Amino acid sequence: MASIDIQDIRKSFGTFSVLHGVDLTIRDGEFIVLVGPSGCGKSTLLRMIAGLEDVTSGDIRIDGRRVNDLAPKDRDIAMVFQSYALYPHMSVADNMSYSLKLRRTAKEKIASAVGGAAAKLGLDPLLERRPRALSGGQRQRVAMGRAIVRQPKAFLFDEPLSNLDARLREQMRAEIKKLHGDLHATSIYVTHDQIEAMTLADRIVAMHAGVVQQVGTPLDLYDRPANLFVAGFIGSPGMNFFEGCYLVSGDQAELRLANGVTLPVPQRAGIEPGATATLGIRPEHVVLDAHGALEAKVDLIEPTGFGIIMHVSIHDVPMKIFTLDRAMLDPGPAVRVDLPQERLHLFGTQGQRVE
Amino acid sequence: MTLAAHPHAVRPLRKRIADASEPYLYSAPALILIIAVMLVPLVLGISYAFRDIQLLNPFSGGFIGLDHFRALGEDQAFFRALRNTLWWTGASVFLQFIFGLILALLLDKPFAGRGLAQALVFLPWAVPSFLAGLNWAWLFNPVIGPLPHWMHALGILDAPNNILSDPQLAMWGPIAANVWWGIPFFAITLLAALQAIPRDLYEAASIDGAGPVQRFLSITLPFLAPTIAITILLRTVWISNFADLIVVMTNGGPADRTQIVASYIFTQAFKRLDFGYASAIALVLLVLLLAYSMLIVLLRQTLLNKG
Amino acid sequence: MRSKPFLTVAHRLAILAYIVVALFPLFWLLKVSVTPNDLLYSEGVRMWPSRATFEHYTFVIAHSAFPTFFKNSLIVAGSTAVAVTILASLAGYALSRFRFRAKYWIVALMLVTQMFPLVMLVAPIFKMLSPLGLTNSLTGLVIVYTAFNVPFATFLMQSFFDGIPRDLEEAAMIDGATQFVAFRQIILPLTLPGIAATLGFVFTAAWSELLFALMLISGNDAATFPVGLLTFVSKFSVDFGQMMAAGILALIPACLFFLLIQRYLVQGLTAGAVKG
Repeated sequence: MASIDIQDIRKSFGTFSVLHGVDLTIRDGEFIVLVGPSGCGKSTLLRMIAGLEDVTSGDIRIDGRRVNDLAPKDRDIAMVFQSYALYPHMSVADNMSYSLKLRRTAKEKIASAVGGAAAKLGLDPLLERRPRALSGGQRQRVAMGRAIVRQPKAFLFDEPLSNLDARLREQMRAEIKKLHGDLHATSIYVTHDQIEAMTLADRIVAMHAGVVQQVGTPLDLYDRPANLFVAGFIGSPGMNFFEGCYLVSGDQAELRLANGVTLPVPQRAGIEPGATATLGIRPEHVVLDAHGALEAKVDLIEPTGFGIIMHVSIHDVPMKIFTLDRAMLDPGPAVRVDLPQERLHLFGTQGQRVE
Repeated sequence: MTLAAHPHAVRPLRKRIADASEPYLYSAPALILIIAVMLVPLVLGISYAFRDIQLLNPFSGGFIGLDHFRALGEDQAFFRALRNTLWWTGASVFLQFIFGLILALLLDKPFAGRGLAQALVFLPWAVPSFLAGLNWAWLFNPVIGPLPHWMHALGILDAPNNILSDPQLAMWGPIAANVWWGIPFFAITLLAALQAIPRDLYEAASIDGAGPVQRFLSITLPFLAPTIAITILLRTVWISNFADLIVVMTNGGPADRTQIVASYIFTQAFKRLDFGYASAIALVLLVLLLAYSMLIVLLRQTLLNKG
Repeated sequence: MRSKPFLTVAHRLAILAYIVVALFPLFWLLKVSVTPNDLLYSEGVRMWPSRATFEHYTFVIAHSAFPTFFKNSLIVAGSTAVAVTILASLAGYALSRFRFRAKYWIVALMLVTQMFPLVMLVAPIFKMLSPLGLTNSLTGLVIVYTAFNVPFATFLMQSFFDGIPRDLEEAAMIDGATQFVAFRQIILPLTLPGIAATLGFVFTAAWSELLFALMLISGNDAATFPVGLLTFVSKFSVDFGQMMAAGILALIPACLFFLLIQRYLVQGLTAGAVKG
């Protein structure tokens, strides 16, 4: 197992720049998730670590050794592809042992490594099958098996669960987590799904437009998102935002929205009075209270079974509320709500979090 | 530190050269062969057009400027070959296209035994061109072939004679063979294009109330149009160069009535061994074909711009 | 959609008409080749002779140079098919998988070779090969045919490679293979249908080529089937039974290859460039 050190990595295709200088240190045995919308550069970064894309500038080190100019085969990393990329003309066993054969590993060692991995993943009865005779979940498992037989320095996952249906995705997610608990292998996992990121990661790297937005534990990103992008990306349903003018009178601060509504906010030193600011609150943190300070018109009710997502508007400013209260299935034309001060997030003019 | 720095300094350059040269290593053998056996002879051939190259004349080889082209300007056989080429190409392409399109439309419908039917109707495509030529020459031969007798019975011919020896009709012989031989090519290309049309378009159109004719005109034809255009362009060029059938069936005769430019070039080179003159004709043909291709491309561009 | 019985019948009849027209000339070839000489003229237009014979075949095989022609053609077409497939696989892989500066020019060059009249090259190629001792030689023919067929075969192979996900060789490269090993062990085995199609196309093309064979080959020893048959026709143009028996023999390998590849025909011709 190994640490991976990424220093000021940049990537451009011709004049088109995809990564604008990424710095990241991954500790030995850590499970890192790169998350972001499609096109944010996360897959490119992963492929550069794998050696499948050239590095335009910057350094990648695996265990302290600079690997920029090493071919993928010399980096000793394994990768699980979104398409699984199983070799269609080889049996499951051959798929799993191909890397060891290329390294001229002794036959007995190959057999025991494949046997061990197959046992771990429940692939024993499938070893002689061709990939086309496997279900999606089984293929996914073979792809993982192919990675673990090698005992590589690091595992790279490129959206490995995207091609599975929702139920199987949940199950494989848990298995990957369990596997990491067993192997403690350094892992980098790319996904656009924030639930996968939250559940799997030791640390999440949130990316947007080729720039790292925040690095931290899942709860860090949930509780203290560093900017508007992370705040909006993490959490489902997404955070509510209100943009307005930050005003201070005495020891009271408030945000005046464009339609004249004012919302009380905590006072923050990091922001000039009179500047534009954005207030954020998660739907699950809005409190429904018959004596609440704000009146909200009910626009739409979405029951999810587990809870209820309410679409409301405060003087035509839309907002979502998540509640477990079944009474809210039929709330009437309007409800009263409170926005608890300790749950509010405040973002400055540039979208950065202000404390 | 120097030890560690050394591989870093060397490797990127070596790696960069290795990476950059890899695609060239893969394509080099094919490229070298194409250049040596096609491009170099092409350039040589162009130079021959301005030289006196006769295989049997050891004193030939000198530069003679435009003499070949002057001779060509007065060569009635060449102009007749040019007219014949137009006739041969136009009729062949038109008939191949019409029959090929009908066949493709027929095969696009699923029916029991379609695979077998497809294999059988495409079979002529696999017949070597020289054999197709001989085969049709024999079919037109009244001694052993049925066609003259049938055409006589139908009243097309006054007597069961070989049309290949009739100066008025001879060209129809190679054209018939060419159409028979070339229908599968058009059918295959158009069938592939037909099968690429999304089926739900037809379903949507029939739900909207379009009849079969309207569906053909509003969906099939527009979708096929690009394939038709490119196929006809390429086929026109290809057939105007395609001398096999004529060389085999009539050798340009009777009285040069079936001589096309391509077979005329071959006759000059092969029979008279006058490589210089043959190359001059070939150069003229090349220029004409280039002009034709440019014209079509320009025409298409203007049409697209209008649309 | 419901189909009207009348239209269905018309559709099947049209298909049948096409099949009859496609097969009739070949059938006639077969018919004359098994007609005994004494019946040839008396039963001219009959669909099948009252008495069939294989004497023309036995004569052609035992007492003519056709076995040599057949062997020569087999050698030339076979070697050409193998050589072209190897070169085209490599070049097609480069076009399919790499971004490089000269790619545009290579594609343009290959397209141009598909456009200009090959008959232009007859004289210069003869002049170039003759001092090398490659006229009147099977090797010379193989070289020329290989060059002529490589461009189309390259486009064909490229389209087959394009159909194979890039992930596969990336996975192999991460598993420890170089690009070339990934190409050989992972990609090529998956392209076997494409390789078969290319072999078939090129074999048929080389088997059928006439003009360059006529120009480059003079003696009987190195004559390919088309050359041999044409010489035979011009010398013994009365012995129709024997000529057609020879014709049927020439048809066999081409038809075998056709049956092998016809599954890929529609795919291959759309995918690749367009050539006869």
